[in-house]
Amino acid sequence: MSAQPRAKVLEVANVGKRFGSLVAVNDVSLTVARGELRAIIGPNGAGKTTFFNLISGFFAPSAGRIVFEGRDVTTMPAHRRVAIGMARTFQITEIFPELTVYENLQIGAEIAAGYRLRPWISRAERSAIRRRIEEILDLSGLTGKVDRLVGELAHGDQRVAEIATALTLRPRLLLLDEPAAGMGDQETYAVTKLIRDLHRAGEMAIVLIEHDMRVVFGLADRITVLDQGALLAEGSPQEIAANAKVQQAYLGKAA
Amino acid sequence: MTGALSSRKLAVQLAIWALLASAPYWMPPLGGYTALGTRVLVLALAAMSVNFLLGFTGVLSFGHAAYFGLGAYGAGLALKFLAPSTPLALVCGMLLGGLVGAALGWVIARRRGVYFAMVTIAIGQVFYYIAFQWSSVTGGDDGLRGFSRQPIDFGAFKLDIVSNSQAFYYFVLVCFALVVAIMGFILRSPFGRTLIAIRENERRARFLGIPVDRHIWLAFTLSCFFMGFAGALYALLNNFADPRGLHYSQSGDFVMMAVMGGMRNFWGPLLGAAVFVVLQDYLSSVTVNWMSGVGALFVLIVLFFPRGLLGFVKRGSQA
Repeated sequence: MSAQPRAKVLEVANVGKRFGSLVAVNDVSLTVARGELRAIIGPNGAGKTTFFNLISGFFAPSAGRIVFEGRDVTTMPAHRRVAIGMARTFQITEIFPELTVYENLQIGAEIAAGYRLRPWISRAERSAIRRRIEEILDLSGLTGKVDRLVGELAHGDQRVAEIATALTLRPRLLLLDEPAAGMGDQETYAVTKLIRDLHRAGEMAIVLIEHDMRVVFGLADRITVLDQGALLAEGSPQEIAANAKVQQAYLGKAA
Repeated sequence: MTGALSSRKLAVQLAIWALLASAPYWMPPLGGYTALGTRVLVLALAAMSVNFLLGFTGVLSFGHAAYFGLGAYGAGLALKFLAPSTPLALVCGMLLGGLVGAALGWVIARRRGVYFAMVTIAIGQVFYYIAFQWSSVTGGDDGLRGFSRQPIDFGAFKLDIVSNSQAFYYFVLVCFALVVAIMGFILRSPFGRTLIAIRENERRARFLGIPVDRHIWLAFTLSCFFMGFAGALYALLNNFADPRGLHYSQSGDFVMMAVMGGMRNFWGPLLGAAVFVVLQDYLSSVTVNWMSGVGALFVLIVLFFPRGLLGFVKRGSQA
């Protein structure tokens, strides 16, 4: 896609997180380039979600540094990280269940437009917001469900609605925590297609945690493997598939 | 979709305003009196201010009577010591409630849930005791007396809201309409939607880039300004400011009105206040234990209409 050397979007250097005596994440480093799709895999309890929480500012790391587009965000509050271009979804869907799909996206789109503190909105601004929402509805395939309450949608659609809401923020880094969790085949196919479309559009870096290996190997440019809070391996899907340590970590847990 | 008012909502709005505007004519035949209607409006405004936080931001303040009471004292002191002007009294009451609320809200807005409610009660009680003890300024236990609302001077004519209770009702109705319009306007704005976002899912709100504490603080501050204004009207209504108006049991009454009427409904607290005030007026002429009656009704409503009397009205996102 882009010919020039790819800029680094996210640089994580030696981060660690301990909860009391439990070391949840230990000395993990990772660099994600613009437009890259990176998958993070690992057995249950490997520290994947904790690692996401550190990147997105859910809590601060006990050690290490996190840099987004050259800016140190290690101690930056979560809402400011969102404002400078980092958006995320959660393993357990976080949406506004009693609002419609439209209203869910509207809140994000208005914040992205800088209207967060505005006690009014002009007609022209309102229609610009509407166009932006329609664009994202179209992309995510939710157009027909725009007036449904998100809490009443099928599980798969709720997960997609959460991604769509994140997209209204025009993030340059999108963190997806198990986007296909709990989905049937068809739903998994739909969300995989959505992520692939976003990836192909090119400007956004995507980091996703996923257990469904079809999704991981079908989408990722590179894969990072965590095990017991530490970095076990990193490489292309082919390299990871052939990696003996990775196989052992997964097979060792299976019994 | 969102945005323009639907025709059904518009009809409801018109009906509410028509009922309020004609109240001085239909209330007396039903056994009411005009000042009772005024009282409903003022307390409804206070309950709606509490509900601005409770129903639309999702945080429960159990100490809002403090800002109501500050508004009342602000208005009373202004009339007594500054100048005999009703508009000035309203502005002073609103500023006192709002500015104190803004300062304290900075600390309060960092708390959540039970802690938020507890801190609001504690701070509210501080003001109750100040009003109670600082007799030289507040009149202490006796309350603040010796002031009276003044006719409004429009230049060409004077509106007598002093002895004409009907004129005063309409004056309060105009004030009520003004504040309620501002409230409704804010709730339908992008800022208002961030408050609803916080109510619906604080975590999602934060990860959409909303600085949650700051927005709760702003909502708290706005609500205290509305509350101070309502308190000022209350002082004008009674020509009296009562330290018991700051007590946490008064805060509880406001929350009760909001919950009885339906806190997810914009107009719920108005209905709740009407039920509360009318019941109080009727029962207190029968028994001193009028609160047992109101309490029993409250329990029944919470049991059988958990979303309040207006809770059954479905939110119309399309309709």
